Parts: sequence; C-alpha cells; structure tokens
Amino acid sequence: MAKIVAGVATSHVPLVGVAVDKGMTQEEYFSPLFEGFEKSKQWIADQDPDVVILVYNDHASAFSLELIPTFALGCAASFAIADEGWGARPVPEVVGHPKLAWHIAQSAILDEFDLTIVNQMAVDHGLTVPLSLMFGQPEAWPCPVIPLAVNVIQFPPPTGNRCFQLGRAIQRAVQSFPEDLKVVIFGTGGMSHQLQGPRNGIINQEFDKYYLDNIGPNPENLIAIDHERYLREAGSEGIELVMWLIMRGALGDDLEEVHRLYHVPISNTAFGHLILEDKTT
Amino acid sequence: MSEKTYKDIPGTFVFDADHSRRGYQLNMFMMSLIKHENREAFKANEADYLSKFDLTEAQRRSVLERDWNAMLEHGGNVYYTLKLAATDGTPYEAAYAAMAGMERSKLREMMLTGGRPPEGNQYLSDWKDENP
Repeated sequence: MAKIVAGVATSHVPLVGVAVDKGMTQEEYFSPLFEGFEKSKQWIADQDPDVVILVYNDHASAFSLELIPTFALGCAASFAIADEGWGARPVPEVVGHPKLAWHIAQSAILDEFDLTIVNQMAVDHGLTVPLSLMFGQPEAWPCPVIPLAVNVIQFPPPTGNRCFQLGRAIQRAVQSFPEDLKVVIFGTGGMSHQLQGPRNGIINQEFDKYYLDNIGPNPENLIAIDHERYLREAGSEGIELVMWLIMRGALGDDLEEVHRLYHVPISNTAFGHLILEDKTT
Repeated sequence: MSEKTYKDIPGTFVFDADHSRRGYQLNMFMMSLIKHENREAFKANEADYLSKFDLTEAQRRSVLERDWNAMLEHGGNVYYTLKLAATDGTPYEAAYAAMAGMERSKLREMMLTGGRPPEGNQYLSDWKDENP
C-alpha cells in the first residue's frame, strides 16, 4: 500500500524563484535561506519519494474570479508552468500522477470531501518555488507531483479544521491505494505576511513561533485559530497557513521534527520551513 | 458572516464577497495581463485597452494613475494588481512601498529589521493617534 512518510512545510515567496532563476542564491540577502535548505535537499534526496502531494494556492494564474474552487486536485499527466505577468519561470514542466490523484479524488469525495477535479491547470510560484527549494535545479523534477490548489485569496478560505480534516481524508485515501508508493506531502504558504494596503509588511514572529512549535505536537491549538485572528495577527496573506494544516492532517501523531528554519525577511514575508517525519507504524 | 468584525483591522482590505463583487471587472482586467499580447496591447494604448472592461471612473483612474491603494479600495485584490506592476516592470517592493506610503529604502529597512511590528498595528484605534 501507499504511505505518506513525511510532511514538509514551507513558505513560497515568488522572490525566491527569482533568486534561483537569476543565480542570486549566494547573495547575502538570500544565503541564510538557501543554506538552511541544504539539509532539506539532502533529506529529500535520501527519502527519494515516489510522489509528492503539494498543497499550495494559485495566485490568479490558473484560476481567476471566473471560477474559485476551494479545493482543486490536479489529476492531469502534466502541468504547464504559469506566466504570472513577466513570462513563465524557466523550470521543468511538472509531471503528475493521474492514477493516484484520481484515486484520492474518488476516495475523498466518497469520504464527503467534494474536491474539484482538474485536468488542465498551469502551476505558479506557489507550487514551483517549494520544488526549487527542495530539489534545486534539475533537468526534470525527480518524481511526479500531485497539485492540490486551495483558495486562500477570496475570503473566506476554508477553515483550519476543514483543512486538517481534508488532510485526514487524504491520508485514508493514500493508505487505500494498492500500489507500494512512498509519498511526501508539502503544505506551503505563510508565515505571517501582508502584501496589500497601508499595513503591508506586518510580521508577527511570536505568532509564527507558536505555529512552528504546535503544528507537530498540538495541531488542535492551530485548528482553533479563526480567520479574523489570522488576518489581524498574521497579516492578510498569513491566512495561507491553513494549508499547513492539510499537510499536518495527512500525518499520524507520532512525529519527529527533523529540520526547522525561520528567517525574516524574504520580500515582505516571514519565511518558515519544517520537516516532520511520520514514525507511526 | 453578517457582522464584519474584521473591519477594524487597520490598513487592510479584506477581499470578501462585497469587495469581490465590486472589483470583478477591475480584477478581470488585471487578469488579462497574464497574456503577453494583452500586455503589449495595454502598453500601446492604456485608455483604449481599458475601455474593453466595464470599469467605474474611479477604478479607471486608479489604474491610469497607478494608485495601488485606490485600486484595492475600489475592489482590487493584490494578487491581481501585482500583475499590473509586473506589466510595468515595477518591482513588487516599489508597489509595497507606495501602498505603505514609505520610501522604498525605508520599507526595505523596516523589513530587514523584523518587519512592521504587530504591536500597535492590529486595531484601527491603534492607528487613530498616528493617522487622524
């Protein structure tokens, strides 16, 4: 059977993609971040997953206000790289895993999570920046990726509890897949940040530290955070953190934190990263 | 959802249902800029290109004047308005600084020293003294 062996949480700031694509990763501004990811790159190379499920949000690239799915699962064989206004990032096309993706869609829907099934979708920095951070700049990404796009732009996004429970449903779905597959799930976005309006630039290190400390051992503390509190305390775009709870919900409760990184700032964002291995047998 | 208790968060436009309805055409104009040929057409004649969208006069003016906060106030969402910044070749940091009403170097300095602090920036009442 297939198993989710670990979760990776990471912010997905577009400027990180620019730094990778333009060879700026050694610059003083970026080096703490990229040096911090050296351990992560080694870790995922050692894990050598068969599939990555990548929870992210589309930033008005594949979806616009014409269509706003709360949870959209990429079931296609491949996903093009989006043009976000200045041309597509020069990164490899993303290869999907249609068989597992469709299995998750069917299983989750029968489990009462009505996912939107997507067969054509360009993927933007929300998905490609985490891949670049974890895998560097390969000719082709080392494994198939199943994108799960979550609406966090149109208010209200799904609640933290709904996200956590969806993670649980994904875990059950993966466990019921008949092939032996080693799966790693990424929860991306966050941490505290606000890109819009006169208050942009707000960073709340105390909030972020609480999040990093609790996501592994006490996710119920984070599930309890309501939308208004995210907006007020973590900035209007800090609400992306609900996506970390999908990742967390897909893991068991016997977890080992193998890596943590927190760095302020990257652009207008507090950058957070965690790796949690699932030791549940 | 009936009472918008988040309205007292200072300096923040929450992209809720009312905001989204107001800004639909404005954001769809921004969305059109993800296509290269549309960016070129817009740059060739901004007013002409904008006439294809059913914008209010205030929305139209906010775009032509690159008034980033006004775009948000009239229903824009920042992920859409940043597509206009990308079309112009305006670095995001410059747009952030403009929205914050700060010099770009000052914004950068604020971010490098830990960002805008949460203390004094969570309630409108916190801002009343500074921004009467």
